[in-house]
Amino acid sequence: MKTAMLKPVAGYLAGLLFGLGLALGGMTDPARVIGFLDLAGGWDPTLMFVLGGAVVTTFIGYRWVLRRPAPLFTGAFQLPTRRDLDTKLLGGAALFGIGWGLSGYCPGPAFASLSGLSLPLAAMLATMVAGWWLARRLG
Amino acid sequence: MLDWTSSLYGLAGGVLIGLSAVWLMATLGRIAGISGILSALVLERPKGDTAWRLTFLLGLVSGPLILMALGGQGNVAGEPGAVIGAPAGGVGLMLIAGLLVGFGTGIGSGCTSGHGVCGLSRLSPRSMAATLTFLVTGIVTVYVVRHLLGGGA
Repeated sequence: MKTAMLKPVAGYLAGLLFGLGLALGGMTDPARVIGFLDLAGGWDPTLMFVLGGAVVTTFIGYRWVLRRPAPLFTGAFQLPTRRDLDTKLLGGAALFGIGWGLSGYCPGPAFASLSGLSLPLAAMLATMVAGWWLARRLG
Repeated sequence: MLDWTSSLYGLAGGVLIGLSAVWLMATLGRIAGISGILSALVLERPKGDTAWRLTFLLGLVSGPLILMALGGQGNVAGEPGAVIGAPAGGVGLMLIAGLLVGFGTGIGSGCTSGHGVCGLSRLSPRSMAATLTFLVTGIVTVYVVRHLLGGGA
């Protein structure tokens, strides 16, 4: 198979693993996410296990993968190189956290829940895209 | 408080998310950051770099569906077996939340996956600072909404 074909197949598999992981981990349930952020209530540790499992797996996997000269289906690894902190990074993260706490959705779980689409979720997806557009215009 | 079943499901789900990130790096050399992948898909559609983003989205959406089709257990709180939980608020709240999540991840260059999973795994100082920041504002927001205003579930 040509790499033009392999790239979308690789993308699908990555998305599938991600969606399966979110669903199995309970991250497609906003109540679990808000429960994790609710330190003063009946704290739900599930998200900590999801993030922990993901970070440890990725940490080990990246060390192995990034030793290779290049990815399998493209020319080069595309890694962020900046290391400085700035107001855009921290201000953006702060605003994101407020929206995350209000809804219990970050972008992955919100889109992964598309098959259970409700009016509130549709509203959130629409303004999320509008927010991305606005960030590009102003950023 | 510590429910071992949901914690183990969480750990297994996290490992799958990690495998997804490693696979995307190994094959396409990309960070598995959902806000970056999907915003570029919707807004820019870069030539030669759009098809994989579209299939990634299809995979992301089909993950929960395949789990359901296989009769697999989801991990929705208080609803054993359910795979997708209900939204936490009505349309008005979600319109505001969506704008904050979109604009925030847009100018902050990432969300829970790009900064939280991939960035922390690379020990990136920017991602560590971003993750700490959105965790703190998320925790404060839930505290204000649930315990000071008394709204929400």
